[in-house]
Amino acid sequence: MLNRTADSVARATPEPLARKVRGISDKGLAWLFISPTILLLLAINIFPLFWAIYLSFTNYRANRPNEVVRNVGLANYKRILGDQDIWIAMQTTAHFVFWTILLQTLIGFTLAWLIDRKFRGHAFWTTIILVPMMLSPAVVGNFWRFLYEPQIGLFAYAISFVTGIPATQIGMLSNVSLAPWSIVIVDTWMWTPYVMLICLAGLRSIPEYIYEAAEVDRASNWRQFWSITLPMALPFIMLAVLFRGIENFKMFDMVNLLTGGGPGSTTEVASITLKRQAFESWRTGYSSAFAIILFVAVFGLANIYVKALNKVKQR
Amino acid sequence: MSMTQPAKRKSRWPVWARRGLMENIATVIIAIGFLMLFQPFALSLYTYSFITMLAGTAMFIIVSKFPE
Repeated sequence: MLNRTADSVARATPEPLARKVRGISDKGLAWLFISPTILLLLAINIFPLFWAIYLSFTNYRANRPNEVVRNVGLANYKRILGDQDIWIAMQTTAHFVFWTILLQTLIGFTLAWLIDRKFRGHAFWTTIILVPMMLSPAVVGNFWRFLYEPQIGLFAYAISFVTGIPATQIGMLSNVSLAPWSIVIVDTWMWTPYVMLICLAGLRSIPEYIYEAAEVDRASNWRQFWSITLPMALPFIMLAVLFRGIENFKMFDMVNLLTGGGPGSTTEVASITLKRQAFESWRTGYSSAFAIILFVAVFGLANIYVKALNKVKQR
Repeated sequence: MSMTQPAKRKSRWPVWARRGLMENIATVIIAIGFLMLFQPFALSLYTYSFITMLAGTAMFIIVSKFPE
């Protein structure tokens, strides 16, 4: 059937075109097909990267296009790597990454472990738990801004109900000590289902006969968890941690929508500083250098991620 | 029929420069650079974090082409 179709297509191809196609090797044809994708990739990914690397060595300002661009060598890098404010922004980022990952991993793994019990209605609850992950960060940001409102917000009302503190005093987004936690809570709410999914995949991959053997050896549930479940699900947990680490390191949308880096600079993560330098101070060369530093950090982390992924595949 | 295994051809590549070990070293360097970037203790460590990470990443890219 397939041969007949191929024959009819070959017969229908005009002779000059057929001759032309016949002149191209298989490899040539393959390159012909993938060249549009490669060109697109070069245009929208590779070229901007190299352009940013070039700009990072200059004093270019995007709001002064007619000004002469001067090569400043490594000056932008030196200034960034000696800047106390950027160092603090990095620490703020680390604070977010640490707490969001810790909470997401603990809650995500616990949820996955519970869902894996396959109780009645577990499929329904899995779908409900996955809903936050499917929402757009813009929607989530606006939605939580209303929840955090001290006057009308449900979150402030709930905290007030539990603790007895008046709701008007619970300014999650305006209080210096609470604002960083408000972002941690939202990110945890949104991305815990993702960690849960990865952990669930890990738990489902553990063969049942291992537990049966443990039962025969009269291993307790606690012992089974520590000696079978946790070690066998660990590579998956590690993957989830690394993947969320890379994502949270670049966290921008949620912070920008919820606090915009405030109050003061308490929630100013690296990506917010970068945006301020690039589009408020218009220091394009400087911000390009900053972007390259962040890129190298994320790229390094991605290498570790790939190495971990290969180890998981080998198992 | 002989049951002897054919002798494995010895690689001339030095043992210390095998991919697994070198990749592990590169990973450790990247991780140290990463920690230096985010630590809150010394500005000088932060200053040298980028070059450490860059060296680790470049090393990782190179050594991942080494034979196992």
